[in-house]
Amino acid sequence: MSATLTQAYEPVIGLEIHVQLGTATKMFCGCAPSFADEPNSHTCPICLGLPGSLPVLNARAVHFGLMIGLALDCEIAPRSLFHRKNYFYPDLPKGYQISQYDVPLCRGGRLGDVRIHRVHLEEDAAKLNHLGESGRIHGSDRSWVDFNRGGTPLVEIVTEPDISSPEQAREWLTLLRATLKQLGVSDVNMAEGSLRCDANVSVRPAGSHELGTKTELKNMNSFRFLERGVRAEIERQVGLLQGGQSVIQETLHFDPASGQLTPLRSKEEAHDYRYLPEPDLVPLVASEAMVAQARAELPELPTERATRLERELALPGERARELAFRTELADYFEAALAAAGAAADAIALANWIPQLVERIGSDADPGASKVSPEAFASLVGLAASKAISRDAAREVLTRLVADGGDPQTIVEAENLGAVSDGLAEFVQQAIAADPEAAEKVRAGNMKAIGPLVGYVMRETKGRADGGEVTRLIREQVQAAKT
Amino acid sequence: MLDRSQVLHVARLARLELSEEEVERMAGELSKVLDHIEKIRELDLEGVPATSHVVDVVNVLRPDKPRPSLPVEVALGAAPEPVQGGFGVPSPGAA
Amino acid sequence: MTDLIELSATAAGAAVRDGQVSADELFEAYRARANGDQLNAFTWVAPEAPAGPDPRGAPLGGVPLAVKDLFCTKGVPSQAGSRILENYRPPYTATVVEQLATAGAPLLGKTNQDEFAMGSSNENSAYGPVLNPWDRGRVPGGSSGGSAAAVAAGLAPWAIGTDTGGSIRQPAALCGIVGMKPTYGACSRYGMIAFASSLDQAGPLTRNVSDAALLLRHMIGKDPCDSTSVAFPGEIAVPSADDLRGIRLGVPEELTGDGGGVEPGVRERFEATLALAERLGATVEPCRLPHAPHALSAYYLIAPAEASANLARFDGVRYGLRVDGEADLVKMYTETRAAGFGPEVKRRIMLGTYALSSGYYDAYYGTAQKVRTKIAEDFRQAFDSFDFVVTPTSPWTAFELGAKTDDPLAMYLNDFCTVPMPLAGIPAISIPCGLSAGLPVGFQLAGPAFSESRMLDAAYALEQAIGFDGGQARR
Ligand SMILES: [Mg+2]
Ligand SMILES: [Zn+2]
Repeated sequence: MSATLTQAYEPVIGLEIHVQLGTATKMFCGCAPSFADEPNSHTCPICLGLPGSLPVLNARAVHFGLMIGLALDCEIAPRSLFHRKNYFYPDLPKGYQISQYDVPLCRGGRLGDVRIHRVHLEEDAAKLNHLGESGRIHGSDRSWVDFNRGGTPLVEIVTEPDISSPEQAREWLTLLRATLKQLGVSDVNMAEGSLRCDANVSVRPAGSHELGTKTELKNMNSFRFLERGVRAEIERQVGLLQGGQSVIQETLHFDPASGQLTPLRSKEEAHDYRYLPEPDLVPLVASEAMVAQARAELPELPTERATRLERELALPGERARELAFRTELADYFEAALAAAGAAADAIALANWIPQLVERIGSDADPGASKVSPEAFASLVGLAASKAISRDAAREVLTRLVADGGDPQTIVEAENLGAVSDGLAEFVQQAIAADPEAAEKVRAGNMKAIGPLVGYVMRETKGRADGGEVTRLIREQVQAAKT
Repeated sequence: MLDRSQVLHVARLARLELSEEEVERMAGELSKVLDHIEKIRELDLEGVPATSHVVDVVNVLRPDKPRPSLPVEVALGAAPEPVQGGFGVPSPGAA
Repeated sequence: MTDLIELSATAAGAAVRDGQVSADELFEAYRARANGDQLNAFTWVAPEAPAGPDPRGAPLGGVPLAVKDLFCTKGVPSQAGSRILENYRPPYTATVVEQLATAGAPLLGKTNQDEFAMGSSNENSAYGPVLNPWDRGRVPGGSSGGSAAAVAAGLAPWAIGTDTGGSIRQPAALCGIVGMKPTYGACSRYGMIAFASSLDQAGPLTRNVSDAALLLRHMIGKDPCDSTSVAFPGEIAVPSADDLRGIRLGVPEELTGDGGGVEPGVRERFEATLALAERLGATVEPCRLPHAPHALSAYYLIAPAEASANLARFDGVRYGLRVDGEADLVKMYTETRAAGFGPEVKRRIMLGTYALSSGYYDAYYGTAQKVRTKIAEDFRQAFDSFDFVVTPTSPWTAFELGAKTDDPLAMYLNDFCTVPMPLAGIPAISIPCGLSAGLPVGFQLAGPAFSESRMLDAAYALEQAIGFDGGQARR
């Protein structure tokens, strides 16, 4: 797929995100949602769909739903309803999912540069396990259901198709995840499925305004898979259109291993969910008091945090968002800032965060690393005060990530402190070793200074301060003239 | 009026296996009942709100307090096919 | 023994409470009757009296209770008249049954019914039809036919059933007993196997109005497990009126005219009862329920639609019958449900699924919900000028077994006078008002939501004046 071919088309991407809420009980019964415990040890007549059982709505799930709606700038419906979405599947005990349909809890809204279409409440399905060595659905002929997860409260967030690249999709989902994490309504763990993302993808000739046929990509359970899956689908669709074929509306499963997109077996062939109003539940009326309480519990959100870091600490906007849109980075940064105290150099600290992330792994939480914010702050302090050279600081950071500890101690133990005494002798040696270079410098060709500085750096194992070395070299070549 | 193909489509949605003879009878009986029911479509119900609940109660909410779950053996007590502490089914991926 | 059986539930309870009769003696007397059941009214009879509160201190005095099989009872078969739940024993008990046990009405047995409460003759039970004690060649009505027959035949002092479109009132009428459908939400539906959730209500089937009042008093109440249950305003009073002075009865032309196809014998008893009511001081005038003739159509869209969803859980995965379709999931579903459900249940699942399927929702289910709104309005207007609306409970007396099984529509017409009330969520009671050709006829009163106490009072006054004797059905 050549870049130009892809550029002839523009992708139109919308996301559907399912968030498992961190409530103590399920959406409609008093069982505690569970993921690890003994299979079917967290069930009751309601979440098993036994005859005669009835659902009763979890107040905290509604509260969390309202917090999410407010955080995403949505309009809260004064009166919302629950419906039954009917289809048969073993992970669906009642033969229908209780979900909000034509009147969701929240409508409209925006997060960053993406508009929110709707936010609604529903119940999660149970876990279907497959027998046979593969443990995967295909090839297995027997499966079994564990209802521990069944009925976990979910919030479904549907965006408008405002996303135009795989990168943007990934970045926006990062922001959403940080926002939900900040709200404390979910542990938003994509690997464990508490945050699940589907994408609706279509492409259209660049500049055109009507939408192309869209396909739905299911459950991309990491940021990277989302980006790769969407990219692969865009290329597939462009390829089809280029080849004169057309895109058919279907649901696809992205296999990160092979990078392949395979059509998903549909739950109800004739996609006819026969929605009907749930007669067992009464309407949900979000009272002023309920909304006010949800609003009162809103913490500082990542977008607001980015603005604050930019305004109060003078961080470049790009850097501020990079930190704020990943809660754990911003938290670590602000902890280090506090540790640094009066001497704090916010910009220097912020600029060193990427170095740390590079060493611990791009998705890892620095708070969980061996590098305490205090250690990180003192390391950045040493580098900023030129007490150690930049190279030395990088090396110390690598050691801190590996073994933890205190930078000062490492610097002394490894004798990594910046060399200042005896620097003049190293400079003399450099000039003696390369007279022509020295001559050129004297003649005013500063480019020639490189080899001389390099010599000193080699001799001092990179522990000398580059600026100081340059100053000494110029001083000495001028002195030699007279 | 329901024809054979509609009956088969609806039976598929409802997960009901119907014998040939049942399909025929169902088509006849349902059509007869629907003919009678059709009458309400002649009523003028312009602007009439739909009633889905007869009690005007709203916001019945439950505090988020855990209640004891069933013992596993009770939960699985009536399972036609208990498998590894779960409810066994033919795999949706099979065949 | 016989005299013990001849005591009304209220009288028997009183006798136990003042120590004239022992609760065990009473329970055993009825257990013997239930075990001797020749009407197929019971699907299960208690092997012994269940543990409970001291009956002498309990308001219901240890008077044994027959419970429709639609109610879940912990560890006791709860099969809803269906093959798909054969031998199913739930791990919990329905709230209403729990409340009555606590009030001193121990579980005597589970009664036969139309499968999932779908029927008006009890011929749709997977466990065989129930026979009418007045004439064993005839049906007891349905769907609570087992409860009605058991009470009428003195196999149980009283019983509870469920009413969705007439399933308590119509069998009560056909068996010559009292049956009441309370206001929607008055009794918890928790543990009651759902047929049509927005219509289903539990209610009493008893020998007389006083027994109905006493039983209902302990059935009502808001249940945290049922979001649609409500706190009943006030208590259910003991009925005591001896006249109907000041009571305005409305006779809806739409339900009592020729449209309903009321049998002459039934009409004759109905009119005689109206005359009696006037003699008791009531005013009787025609009233209008313009949309009532469409109630049956709305009902046969709404109830099957809700049922099609309510019965989706019977899929062979967690409980009940399983037919394993050659290791194919869809076949497992379709064959399990084909083998587990009877013809009427399949018919209604099909009808409801069709009414909800894409392209038809507005035309059918949506329209039916609007008709429902109009029917509720009609009643509200009627109750501006009348205390109660009265009709024959059923257009016919008990018909012969098999007489209508080949004609679903004819069977549905049986509910003509009983479906409008559940659609409006209002209470209604059926009391025996005499015999036609040796078969009981039912007289129905319907009132505004939560008018149960007044309704029972009026029914009591009429009952005393009618002086119906159901004794022959117990011999
Ligand atoms: Mg969803
Ligand atoms: Zn549960």
